[in-house]
Amino acid sequence: MERMVIPSELESARTVAERVLAEVHRHHYSPESVFAIKLALEEALTNAVKHGNAGDRTKRVTVEFSINAKRAVIIVTDEGPGFDPRCVPDPTADENLECPSGRGIMLMRAYMDAVTFDRTGRSVRLVKLNN
Amino acid sequence: MQDQGARIRTIEQNGVTVAEFMGPDILDEIHIAQMGEQLTDQITRQQPPRLVLDFTHVAHMSSAALGMLITLLKRVRERQGHLRLCCIRPQIYEVFVITKLNGIFEIYDDRSAAVASIP
Repeated sequence: MERMVIPSELESARTVAERVLAEVHRHHYSPESVFAIKLALEEALTNAVKHGNAGDRTKRVTVEFSINAKRAVIIVTDEGPGFDPRCVPDPTADENLECPSGRGIMLMRAYMDAVTFDRTGRSVRLVKLNN
Repeated sequence: MQDQGARIRTIEQNGVTVAEFMGPDILDEIHIAQMGEQLTDQITRQQPPRLVLDFTHVAHMSSAALGMLITLLKRVRERQGHLRLCCIRPQIYEVFVITKLNGIFEIYDDRSAAVASIP
């Protein structure tokens, strides 16, 4: 599994995303899978930088990924206090529908084949099959 | 996560401002914030604001982009204006459906219909 450790900032996250997506393209993933991975990775990286590490540029984000022709696995880990994904409000509930934030996890789950958080709530594992 | 995601081109059409996203990506927060500022500036120049957002060139967008659109919609409403979205490709439209935001935005297949729908 390839591993990249970056400063917790969106500019660095962009570099990692480009690296991962280059690998996805190299393995000829379908356009639908590329769309899904690009979206979910963006959400995971943004969550790590903005929410996990709370904008603290002295912290780091670790991205591990293993991509072959059949399956892409990406793990994004931050150095924040962690969170309980079960406590994230449903963004499609009437009372939350016009809230400008809170849709990242939902989109990750909608587009990936598996999304799992570790016990600490600092690490999310994304899996996409190349159908 | 491409730089060209930040560009928006605006034109006037029958008294309506049409803002066209020129890049394929509306993904990262830095550019989304810039686009939000540009569009907010646009709606403050017109009373009431009459705005169509054209997604013809958009191939990817994130939840942060959805947040920007919601904030924009609220600002347009505060000024008793009108906001329409148009030319959203199916893959992007699915994001609106999953998040149920297709229920709060008025979305049209083509630009002319979106412009014509604004009173």
